[in-house]
Formats: sequence, structure tokens, C-alpha cells
Amino acid sequence: MKDKLQKIKDDAVAAIKASEGLGALNDVRVNFLGKKGVLTSVLKGMKDVAPEDRPAVGQMVNEAREAIENLIEDTKKKMEAAELEKQLEDEVIDVTLPAKKSICGHRHPNIITLEEVENIFIGMGYEVVEGPEVEYDYYNFEALNIPANHPAKDEQDTFYINDKIVLRTQTSSVQARIMEQGKLPIRILSPGRAFRSDEVDATHSPSFHQIEGLVIDKGITFADLKGTLEEFAKKLYGEDTKVKFRPHHFPFTEPSAEVDVTCFKCKGKGCRFCKNSGWVEILGCGMVHPNVLRMSGIDPEVYQGFAFGVGLERITLFKYEIDDMRLLYENDTRFLRQF
Amino acid sequence: MNASLSWIKQYVKDLDITAEEYKDSVTLTGTMVEGYEDLGADLENIVVGRIEKIERHPDADKLIVCQLNIGKPETLQIVTGAPNLKEGDVVPVVLDGGKVACNHDRERVKGGVKIKKGKLRGVESFGMMCSIEELGASRDMYPEAPEDGVYVFQREVPLGSDAAEALGLRDVIFEHEITSNRVDCYGVVGIAREAAATFNKEFVYPPVECKGNDEKASDYIKVTTEDTKLCRRYCARVVKNLKIEPSPVWMQRRLASQGIRPINNIVDITNYIMAEFGQPMHAFDLATVAGSQIIVKRAKDGDKFTTLDGQERNLDSDVLMICDGEKPIGIAGIMGGENSMITEDAKTLLFEAACFDGTNIRLSSKRIGLRTDASAKFEKGLDPNLTLEALNSACQLIEYLGAGEVVGGVVDVYNDKAEESRVKLDPDKINGLLGTDISKEDMIAYMKRVDLTFDEKTGEIVAPSWRQDIHESADLAEEVARFYGYDKIPTTLPKGEATMGGISFKMKVEKTARDVAEYCGFSQGMTYSFESPKVFDKLLIPADSKLREVVPIQNPLGEDYSIMRTLPLHGILTSLSNNYNRRNKDVKLYELANVYIPKALPVMELPDERMQFTLGMYGEGDFFTMKGVIEEFLEKVGLVDKIGYNPETEKPFLHPGRKADIIYKGKVIGYLGEVHPLVCKNYEIGEKAYIGVVDMPAIMDYVNYTRRYEGIPKFPAVTRDISMMIPKSVMVGAIEEVIEKKGGAHMESYALFDIYEGSQIKEGFKSVAYTITFRGKDKTLEEAEITKPMEKIVAALEGLGAELRK
Repeated sequence: MKDKLQKIKDDAVAAIKASEGLGALNDVRVNFLGKKGVLTSVLKGMKDVAPEDRPAVGQMVNEAREAIENLIEDTKKKMEAAELEKQLEDEVIDVTLPAKKSICGHRHPNIITLEEVENIFIGMGYEVVEGPEVEYDYYNFEALNIPANHPAKDEQDTFYINDKIVLRTQTSSVQARIMEQGKLPIRILSPGRAFRSDEVDATHSPSFHQIEGLVIDKGITFADLKGTLEEFAKKLYGEDTKVKFRPHHFPFTEPSAEVDVTCFKCKGKGCRFCKNSGWVEILGCGMVHPNVLRMSGIDPEVYQGFAFGVGLERITLFKYEIDDMRLLYENDTRFLRQF
Repeated sequence: MNASLSWIKQYVKDLDITAEEYKDSVTLTGTMVEGYEDLGADLENIVVGRIEKIERHPDADKLIVCQLNIGKPETLQIVTGAPNLKEGDVVPVVLDGGKVACNHDRERVKGGVKIKKGKLRGVESFGMMCSIEELGASRDMYPEAPEDGVYVFQREVPLGSDAAEALGLRDVIFEHEITSNRVDCYGVVGIAREAAATFNKEFVYPPVECKGNDEKASDYIKVTTEDTKLCRRYCARVVKNLKIEPSPVWMQRRLASQGIRPINNIVDITNYIMAEFGQPMHAFDLATVAGSQIIVKRAKDGDKFTTLDGQERNLDSDVLMICDGEKPIGIAGIMGGENSMITEDAKTLLFEAACFDGTNIRLSSKRIGLRTDASAKFEKGLDPNLTLEALNSACQLIEYLGAGEVVGGVVDVYNDKAEESRVKLDPDKINGLLGTDISKEDMIAYMKRVDLTFDEKTGEIVAPSWRQDIHESADLAEEVARFYGYDKIPTTLPKGEATMGGISFKMKVEKTARDVAEYCGFSQGMTYSFESPKVFDKLLIPADSKLREVVPIQNPLGEDYSIMRTLPLHGILTSLSNNYNRRNKDVKLYELANVYIPKALPVMELPDERMQFTLGMYGEGDFFTMKGVIEEFLEKVGLVDKIGYNPETEKPFLHPGRKADIIYKGKVIGYLGEVHPLVCKNYEIGEKAYIGVVDMPAIMDYVNYTRRYEGIPKFPAVTRDISMMIPKSVMVGAIEEVIEKKGGAHMESYALFDIYEGSQIKEGFKSVAYTITFRGKDKTLEEAEITKPMEKIVAALEGLGAELRK
């Protein structure tokens, strides 16, 4: 019996060693250990063994079984490891091959800039509002202290639909619409399209975007205006940006100012971009003119406020160093893809 | 507005500053300097020399050898080819190592051109005699200079002195941007007043006095102003025994700094006064003024008049005219007439300095199509108190230059007197507006610098009539702020009630549209809101289409930009075309912008502005790609019900068999399709192109960002496949409608998995197959719960003409 078992064991070892692949190995398992396997049949023959020998034989059979099982298991692990290694080796790729083309589209640089500006002001409690692009003369001019026959209304600047209706020349028109609703205080930002009859060239477009800001509350000061716009300029162009306020004139603000920021290209040293001045003009602003408040039914003795207007294209061109405004309206994908 | 430093300095005591200091400082007090030209910057070592002796060059016919006295014991030898020189001529000479502004080709060289001694055909030359161009100037401004050759001084100048100085070229000309509220700064006097205030120096106003002779101007001329509204004031003086000749050099130089060419003393004086005070003047030949009288009145409709430039002008009854006893002799404030202009033979002149209504001048000048230096000044609205000052100053110059005999007295018709304005000084209010803490005394001192004086008795600031921009406290605040210094005002952030920032719901939806479009590979474009009416033909829109009812622009930049768009397609198709022509492949663009639909024609109220989400593409992708992007967007904004597509839509710009309205809850919310081949051809797009448009206002009622978690299914799904032959004309949309309707409560989803048309299929039919999935929310379904709805579906499909395959 012992010899028989030894033989079975030797046969099994030989068969395991000879088996190629996991399939063959499984066949070996079935042949030796399966229900109809060689070893199982030995167990079946236990009834012919003398009862006193049975425990010893049983132990021998179990030992043989365990040895075969262990060997099969070891071999299986080795085979699996080898197989995995081979697979990984086969799957080596050239990682320097070109990437698969990105499928995402690109946002227009104007809108990227606009969203950035909006977020800066939303953070300061401003509500972003909109108004009509085709607008009544009243909201675009009169309510902003630009009476009939003011030179600013000259045809050379304004597109007219008729005597009463214009294409808005500024998004300041939204100001008056919000103010006359009578809800105070006001902190709004009104971005959108505006139109002026400028011929198309590298720095002009008859259709452009303006971002108008307006704050009205008790005790708002010119110092607040300065602080707000300085904050804005630093967030948009970097903490080291310096801001300069120059006196100017707008009919709808008094006092008024134009705002320059240090040229972000040369950091104020002077370059071709800022015409060697080190400064770039980015917006106009001022304290809301008492006439404008009065016209919208707000008492200038109680409330005061400030307003500012930024040309979106202007700050976009500066931000991305785009040298021709026409590119913004051609929609060439080789241009758009860069943003 | 130009002003030279030397001229400014005449009115500002002890002003000692560099050009750069001037530019920076006055810009910060509100008179912006846009740039300046330092005339003599490139001129070095150029002296005045006199030619003592001229000899022919031994070896060159065209050259001469000159010996010059440059104020030194020994003479200087210079060889030249200039054709215009003779002994005794006094000329500018650049010495060895000096610099001139231009090269030999009369081109300006930045930084100047260095001149060195050398030999010309063997004869030594120690410098160069200069032409006016080499000195950086031109014959326009120096008409006495020869066309070709060396500049020769026409007057005594010290030999050896700086020739640039002698020519008035040691000066800086500043170009100022004057804001429309500061009419007083359209004259050098006004700019000088600002400069004096900026540097806190004394402003010295030129004393104006001109009595004239013992005669009376009123004996020479009578002035009547019929229209007292349009003519606020009319002042006239008379000058006799005219001696017309060139004006003196100093005056010519100052006119040059304004870019004005000298003509003769009379014309130059009127131009000089306009530059100095900003007050236009006009001179008539009194001999041509019939009836010795001036009548200021409106023209009649249809009148014609020839201005002194020889052009005939069409007039109307809103144009104000200067007339004599018989006829018009000038268009008020715009241009004089040919019939009364000063000629060389004029003996007696009538000087006019008037103040006309600014708006009227502006509108008249626009209608007539003639904008002059004078009208540009008048249209800003001048101070009527300036007229007399300017007129007397002009007469003073006449006397000073000996250009004639000024007749005593002034004829002055003053219809609408300009008063000084008074504003209460409230320092707390000013500080409260500026956020500053400036003392009352300082405020008064700042304003005094620009002649805004404080009236102790009334506590008011008194603004002279030339300051038409001072009306209320805010105006005073600006005056205080600009001399206190904008840079010194502190920087704070608004206090007060906190407000909630954010974007509107509409903007949020638009942002989703941008995000989805970009995830799907579409880049954002931007196109104009106005376009050409020809666009409709390009898009094959029928002549009677409502889309052709547009909001037209009265004064467009040409026909191409003359109507507000009613369709968003032209922009996107033009952009696709641009890309196609530039050989860009697989282009996908979108735009979010308005179309403008008039409520009625003619346009009396604002049009309906409708935001359109427009997608366009060519190259990779097809109709169903576009459909996918649109459905992706609609799902993202909460339009989760079944989207319908109706091919029966009037869209002439789309392929008739590949177009559909997009339907949600029975309402058209947009359309999509393949662009009609003819339209592609019109736009020169050589590939199949697709567009999709969502009318954003149409979906706003359905947009919903609220989401609720529904649980992940716990029970197994059961699927059934259904395969059928159905007439070709039945769209799968109809099949799906049946499945949706009859699928019952447990139907979870369905999906088309096969569609086939071809030879194996019966003529006129197609083969379509669906997988339908059922699942119970809270249990495993019984067989009957599946077979029942399946039977209903099959029955309904058979109703559509389907033959089910077993």
C-alpha cells in the first residue's frame, strides 16, 4: 500500500511538472484528486484494508493528498505569476506616442475675463444684472444726465433706431432702470453688449462689451470707490499692481476719474505696449452725479454712490496680450483654442 | 489743444519745470497731457553764423567754400552745395560734433544725426549750414525758408548764439486732452491758469486795453440781432488804414505751435486770439458790408451761400447768418462769405467777436457738412463775457503791430447776459463725499487757485462765468479733490448694509449652456448683433417671411450692418465659413446672443430680445451628434421629459429631409438640422454643416436645478426584445411614443438596438428592433406584469402597420 501511494505521489509530481499551463494543471488535479481520481479510488479501497491498519493508511493517503495539493497550488501560483508577467510584458506601450485629441471646446476669452470680473465683484456683494441692448434714449442718455442735444449723443457715436430708441452705447443704461425700482442700497454689476458707430479696426469695434458697476448707499465716498477699484485691479492683475486715479469728466459722475494700472507686461518700467508710460488706462469712474440720483427719485442729500465702467475687450486684450480686436469676432478655432 | 511751454510761461510767474514734470503734474489735476514734442531735443551745437566770403570749390562746379563768422576771432570754413547763398547771409550752422534732426533725405531720425568735420573733394569743411528741415521744422511753419537750400535769417540775430533758440525751437509743445466741461481750456490762457494752479504759482492775466482813436465805431457800423436766442452777444470794432503785411516772427512761432500756418498780420491776429482765448473771431472788409450794418438772423429754407473757401452751401431756417443791409456775408460761427473776405486791398475792417448758441452751431455745422476750427469752439458753448476781452485784445495787437488804426468804441449787443454762479460751500458735505478730512481754509485756498473765490458774507463760492461747469456742491468737491490730490484721498471699502451678490437665474442657465457646449467640444464664438438685409437671401428666407420684419438702424455703418438680426445663423455660418476657408478641420462653434424681434412695425417700442443658444459645426459628427449635444444640455437644466422632434418645420435654410423642430411638452423650443446645400454654397462651406438652436426664453419655464435621490434599484430587471417590420414612413419616434404610452408602470427604459433597410426587407418597409426593460421598484416582477404591457405594445404597433417578428 505504501509503495502504491508513493507511486501515485511520484506520478502526480511528474504530471504536475509536465503540465503546461493552468488547464493542464487542472487536468492533473482532476486525475489525481477528483471524484474519480486515482487517490480518491485508493480511499474507496479502504474497505479492503484491515481495520487496525486503516488509521495508518488513512494518514498516509491524506499526506499524499496534501503533498499533491500543495504542489498543485504552488505550481498554479507560479504559473499565474508567469502568465501575468508575460501579459504585462506584451502590453508595454510607447508612452511618448501622441495623446488622443482633447475633445473639450474653449470658452471665449472675453467671457473668461468677464466671469473673472464677475466673481471678484460677487465676492464683494454685487448682484450681476442685465438690461436691454436696444434701449430707450431716456435710459441711455437722459437719465444719465446727458440731455437732448448733448454732443455725446452725436450720430457719430450712437446708432439710432429712431428718435426715442438707440442701440445702447453703454451698459450704464441698466443703472437708471435699477435705480428707479427704488430698492436701496444698490450694489450691481451690469455687463453686456454695447454699440458705438466706430469703424472696425485693430482697436475699435462697433459692437463691444462694457461692464458697469454701481453702488448706492448712505455714506458712500470717493475713498470707497478708490478702495474698491484698487481691490479689483489687484485681484485681476496681481497684488503688485499699482492704481492711479486721474481727474476726468463724465456727465453722469462728479467728481470723475480715469483709472490707470501699472502695465502688467513691463510692470511699470515702460514698454511698447504701454507706450513707454508704464501705465495702462482701464476704466472710467466717479461719484454718481446728484442729477442722476434725482432723476431716478433718489434723494442725493441722503444717498450717494459711485459708478464705474470697464471696457471688457480692452481688459481682455491686455490680459492675454492680443494685439488685434478683430480676432475676438472672427471665431477662428486656432485663436479660440488658445484660451 | 496744443500749448507751448514758452507761451504758458508768459502767464505763469516763475514756472521752472521740465516737460516731464509738467506732463505728470497737470495730468493729475485734470488737464491730461496726451503727449509732447520737444522741438529742439535733437538739435545740438547749432549757432548763428554770417557768411563773410564765398569762393568756388577748386575741384567741383556745384560746391562753394564759405568762410563764416560765428562770433569768434577766427572764421569757420564750410563747404556746401546749397544754391541760395550769398555773402552777408546769416544762417544756422551746426558745428563739428553737433546734431541736427534730419538726414540728407529730409527724413526725421530719432535721436538726431551727428555732424562731423570732413573733406569735400579735398577741401576741409568744419560743419554744416542747415536747411529748415534739418532743424526739424518745415516750410509750412517757416514760409520764409527756401524750398531748396539753407535757411537764411530775415532779421538781426547775434552771431554765435544758439540758432535753435533764435528760431524758437527751444520749446516744448504739449498736446492736451480737454474734457467737454472745460471750454475755458480751449485757449492757452485757460491752460496756463490750470498750470499756475497745479504748481501753485501766480497766474498773470495779460492786461487788455485798447481805446482806439477819437472816432466812434458806432458811426461806422450798426448791429442788429434779430434772433436774440441764437446770438447771445455780438461785439464789433472797426480798424481803418490797414497795413496788411506778414506778422512778426514771435507771432508766427506761436501760431506754428498750434499747427496754424501764418498768412498775414490780420488773419494771424484772429487766429492768435482764438488760440489764446479760445474765442473765434472774424474780420470783414467793411467796404463790402452794404448799408454799414450787420444783421444777425436766420437763413431761409433753400437759401444758398458761398463761403470763403469758394464752396456753395445749402442753408435752412435753423442756420444763423451774419448779413449786411442787403445780403448774407457769413454763416454765423462757422465760416465767413467769399463776398466779404479780407483781401490785400482792404482798407477798413470790421472785427467780429460774438457768442452763438452752441447746440445750434453744432447742428448747423453737421447739416451743412462744414466743421471749422471756429464752429468746433462755438459748439462747446462759449462764455459770452469772453467776446469783448478777445476783441479788445485783437485791437491791442493791431496797434502793437502797427497793422492799422483802431477806431474808438465798441458796438456791443448783449442779449443774454452770463452771470457768475454761486454755490454754498459746505465743507462737511464735501469731505463726506470724498471720504477726506480737508479743512475749510484749505478748500478755499485750493479753489482760489482757479479764481473760484469765497464770499465771506454769504458763505458761497463764486465761480466766474467762464466756469460753466460749477453748479453744485459735487462740482466744488471735484475742484477741491483735484488740487488736494486724488492720490492723497484714502482707500477704503464701502461700509453699510451687507448685500448678497450673485448672478441671475437666466445667467445660470446660460452658464450651463456654455459648460455643456464646451464639454461637447464646441468653442464659444462671438458675432455682431447687426447684419445685412441680404442675409435673408443667403439663407433662402422667402420674401414674405416674418423673419424679414426687422429693427432697422437709422444710421448704420453701411448696409452690411444695417439691421438687427432676427436669426442667429448668419454669425455662426460666417464663422464656420471663415474657419473652412482657413482650412481648419472639424470645427464646432457655439454662440449665446440675442436676436431682436420687433413687436410692431414701424418700431415704436423696444423689440423682444431673445437669447439664442446656437450651435454650428462641420467635419466630424452628424445630425445625431448635434441632437445629442442639445439633449445633453436640456437634461442638465432639468428638461427630463421626452424631447420631441417634428420634421414638419418651415426652415428653408435646412436640408428638407434633415431638419426638425425641437419640442418639449408640446411647445417648440428650438430647431436643428443639416444646413441646406445651397446655403452651404452661399457661405462657401464645402462640407456638410449642422446647426442647432435653442430659444432660451422658451425653456425658462421648464428649467429646474432641483434634484432628488431616487435610490438604486434593488430588484432584478427583466428585458424583452421586440423586432418588427414597419412601413418606412413611420418614424421611430412614433414607435417610441407607443412604447412609452403602453409600457406601463414597471417599464424602466427602452433602447433601439437595430434598424435596417435593404434588399432583404420587404419593399417599403424597414426592420426595427428594441430592447425593453422592466423592473419593480419594491419587488421582483411576476411574468404577467411583463407580458401584459408587452401585448399592449405589440397591439398598438400593429396599429401603426408593424409586422412583428417572432
